[in-house]
Amino acid sequence: MKLAYWMYAGPAHIGTLRVASSFKNVHAIMHAPLGDDYFNVMRSMLERERNYTPVTTSVVDRNVLARGSQEKVVDNIIRKDNEEAPDLIVLTPTCTSSILQEDLENFVERAQIDAKGDVMLADVNHYRVNELQAADSTLQQIVKYYIEKAKKKGELPEGKTEKPSVNIIGVSTLGFHNQHDCTELKRLMADLGIEINEVIPESASVHNLKNLPRAWFNLTPYRELGIMTAKYLESEFGTPYIDITPMGVVETARCIRKIQQVVNAQGANVDYEEFIDNQTLHVSQAAWFSRSIDCQNLTGKKVVVFGDNTHAAALTKILAREMGVHVVWAGTYCKYDAEWFREQVSEYCDEVLITEDNGEIGDAIARVEPAAIFGTQMERHVGKRLNIPCGVIAAPIHIQNFPIGYKPFMGYEGTNQIADLVYNSFTLGMEDHLLEIFGGHDTKEVITKSISADSDLNWTKEAKAELNKVPGFVRGKVKRNTEKFARERGFEQISLEVMYAAKEAVGA
Amino acid sequence: MTNTVTPEALTFECETGNYHTFCPISCVSWLYQKIEDSFFLVIGTKTCGYFLQNAMGVMIFAEPRYAMAELEEGDISAKLNDYDELKRLCLQIKRDRNPSVIVWIGTCTTEIIKMDLEGLAPKLESEIGIPIVVARANGLDYAFTQGEDTVLAAMAARCPKQVLEAEKEERAGIQKLLSFGRKKEEVAAEESEYVEHPPLVLFGSLPDPVVTQLTLELKKQGIKVSGWLPAKRYTELPVIEEGYYVSGLNPFLSRTATTLMRRRKCKLIGAPFPIGPDGSRAWIEKICSVFGIEPKGLAEREKQIWDNLEDYIQLIRGKSVFFMGDNLLEISLARFLIRCGMTCSEIGIPYMDKRYQKAELEMLEKTCQEMGATLPKIIEKPDNYNQIQRIYELKPDLVITGMAHANPLEARGINTKWSVEFTFAQIHGFTNARDILELVTRPLRRNHALKDLGWDKLVKEEANV
Repeated sequence: MKLAYWMYAGPAHIGTLRVASSFKNVHAIMHAPLGDDYFNVMRSMLERERNYTPVTTSVVDRNVLARGSQEKVVDNIIRKDNEEAPDLIVLTPTCTSSILQEDLENFVERAQIDAKGDVMLADVNHYRVNELQAADSTLQQIVKYYIEKAKKKGELPEGKTEKPSVNIIGVSTLGFHNQHDCTELKRLMADLGIEINEVIPESASVHNLKNLPRAWFNLTPYRELGIMTAKYLESEFGTPYIDITPMGVVETARCIRKIQQVVNAQGANVDYEEFIDNQTLHVSQAAWFSRSIDCQNLTGKKVVVFGDNTHAAALTKILAREMGVHVVWAGTYCKYDAEWFREQVSEYCDEVLITEDNGEIGDAIARVEPAAIFGTQMERHVGKRLNIPCGVIAAPIHIQNFPIGYKPFMGYEGTNQIADLVYNSFTLGMEDHLLEIFGGHDTKEVITKSISADSDLNWTKEAKAELNKVPGFVRGKVKRNTEKFARERGFEQISLEVMYAAKEAVGA
Repeated sequence: MTNTVTPEALTFECETGNYHTFCPISCVSWLYQKIEDSFFLVIGTKTCGYFLQNAMGVMIFAEPRYAMAELEEGDISAKLNDYDELKRLCLQIKRDRNPSVIVWIGTCTTEIIKMDLEGLAPKLESEIGIPIVVARANGLDYAFTQGEDTVLAAMAARCPKQVLEAEKEERAGIQKLLSFGRKKEEVAAEESEYVEHPPLVLFGSLPDPVVTQLTLELKKQGIKVSGWLPAKRYTELPVIEEGYYVSGLNPFLSRTATTLMRRRKCKLIGAPFPIGPDGSRAWIEKICSVFGIEPKGLAEREKQIWDNLEDYIQLIRGKSVFFMGDNLLEISLARFLIRCGMTCSEIGIPYMDKRYQKAELEMLEKTCQEMGATLPKIIEKPDNYNQIQRIYELKPDLVITGMAHANPLEARGINTKWSVEFTFAQIHGFTNARDILELVTRPLRRNHALKDLGWDKLVKEEANV
């Protein structure tokens, strides 16, 4: 047992659901007790989804506990198959079902006999993998399933596309700024004259998965999701994959040069150097920013970075290499992939921190007292407590991290966004210090506490205490209304009763 | 008895139970705030933790007095000893927080692996010297607010039986301290404001301001509230002796009611719940009638509240409402909204205790007859998919639903109100009736403000309606 207040990566089934519900017309059925469908709320709220989240539950209740699911799971699969005719139904085990040890594979086989769509069991172990690992393996499982299916039917298309083309693998629902990244990557590929073959899993159709081998290469922008699929496609079809995250000016250039090398090896004849040069100097403002006097002021400032592998590694490199900021420590909660992270950031920070314990992170921040933090929502709250500004760079995230405006982290526009994010965090911090030194924006003393003059009415102790329970931003209004009410009726003292009577009378 | 079939009787149906609701462990989020010296330990998996973390949003960062005892593979396969593991964690909690009580929340996993929490608790309790209360608030058996019911039922067993003499002295001391500066006669005068009646204890966790409001409301009738389950602190749990009267404040507290009746030999005052001015009045009247008190000024008070609500009622009168059902407040809310002039064809509800909610159901029936509204169907364990088909057919003016369906319905031009807000808002008593309507009318007011824009439906053609 572990005492835990907070977790960075969710349970395994969340990963499976993220992948399944990213596809078009794929439905996930969870084998879970009532209330485990919280995923639907998150998707509906955070992503402000207009459509129903294609996830339902085959409820595990007392009866299931006593007698097993029996026909229930099969019936639920077939019912969903009839109601919505999905291309694929993914039966998703949860922590509960993994200890029940029901033969879910058998249910899937039985359901497949009657179902018109495909049915599959997500192969994840709840106690061994987390959300990110499960997402990665589920995507690979789905891709493999449809590649093999096409092979069996002889429907696998032959050869590559005529022009250089790419599959972008790993864009998914509830991913940090994934939608914007995807748009930016598509734009980048168009600029490079590379066709988009497929983007998976977001908005993809499972029917198109058989086309994956037609791409010249695969791009996996996120370390956490897509690598397994890319490796599978490499071993199966020899398709090379590029796993350099195009985040930051240097890494974006490195990614483009790698693309150049990969497509030229297959007979294309491209030279992207001029493009890189032009983008770096004129389209992205980040290179100029790092030269400007604003950025000079950031030199040597201490920061800490924490997040998932992709974002924490990229930000560490950007801060240290492109802005001259001093990264005291960089950390990740992707413990299962710690070696990769160490290798990526070791030369850009003093210390590497690998942990899933938010308490440890909080302590490490307090110890260092950085000028700014770049982390998840958890670090933002630590920053609030310690009065240190924080830029959010990775999940876990809140609704404000699903902006409506265009805010990619990748590609050349991404470099602009990141520069803003970094710079704004610091200036806020600086302003704060100035305020502290000079004691506020306006040093003139505040004379009256409220706009209205002090009242002649007498509040009883209880009423006063009750008034203080009213949220601050409406307290003044409640106080004024109550006093007005009391005056009109000639009460000299405001007791609890008077207070509530006033509330009822004015409806405030 | 002749059973005449009246078409006016309420109908009850039961569907598949495929509906969205919160896991009952969510009760931790409001109970740890209510019971200030408690610590809630949820013994479960990452799934439970993830739910709490996301559902509680901002609260999580305010150094909450709750945590997960996250089960690992070794716990599931019994490689690790449950008792030793729990002891280790509880000692850590004692060291860091020193609470007056630790509440263990059993989850689906502890049920399935049959971890004997009720058996382990007394042993550990005597060893570490902190009371341990066990509540099995799991998704196998319960929905959302029923979580509070399981906790309060467990707490009911911990309420002291008798005030010990010494403690009486101490409490009187506190009383003296509280009436500090007042003369003895004044205190005596205050006592005489109450009518002579057997002790009354109210149960249900409500925000402190609402507790004060309802206590004062009864005081006006000369009724003294001897205690609340739960109180602000665990150490202040009310005395409950045989023959005490108890009354529930919320419709989801049937286990607590049962425990108080059977285990503590209390008499339950079965009344409609004090939600809406009609419910509040009925609740007070029922308590008065049990104690043989003639209620004073209730009719005027109710009328005055209704008059005050008129501007909001105008917005909903004649409109229809549909409850998808997820928090068990549905019957009382529907009864109040029908009294406001709305119509309601369907009330979804996770679980319907017809005995505990008897008075409320009767009042719903009566309200429908008096308002000339058709009686709603009460759908226990609803099926959300079927409900959505019915919503498309009925096109109600307002759907009260969970957050999973709210945005998709709005995108299809259907007004929604998130049901969860009713659980966290102050909705009890005369004073808060306006707050209920504030919630109910909000989507209508908002959409009224936007109505000329002409974009009601924001999804492309439905695939299969």
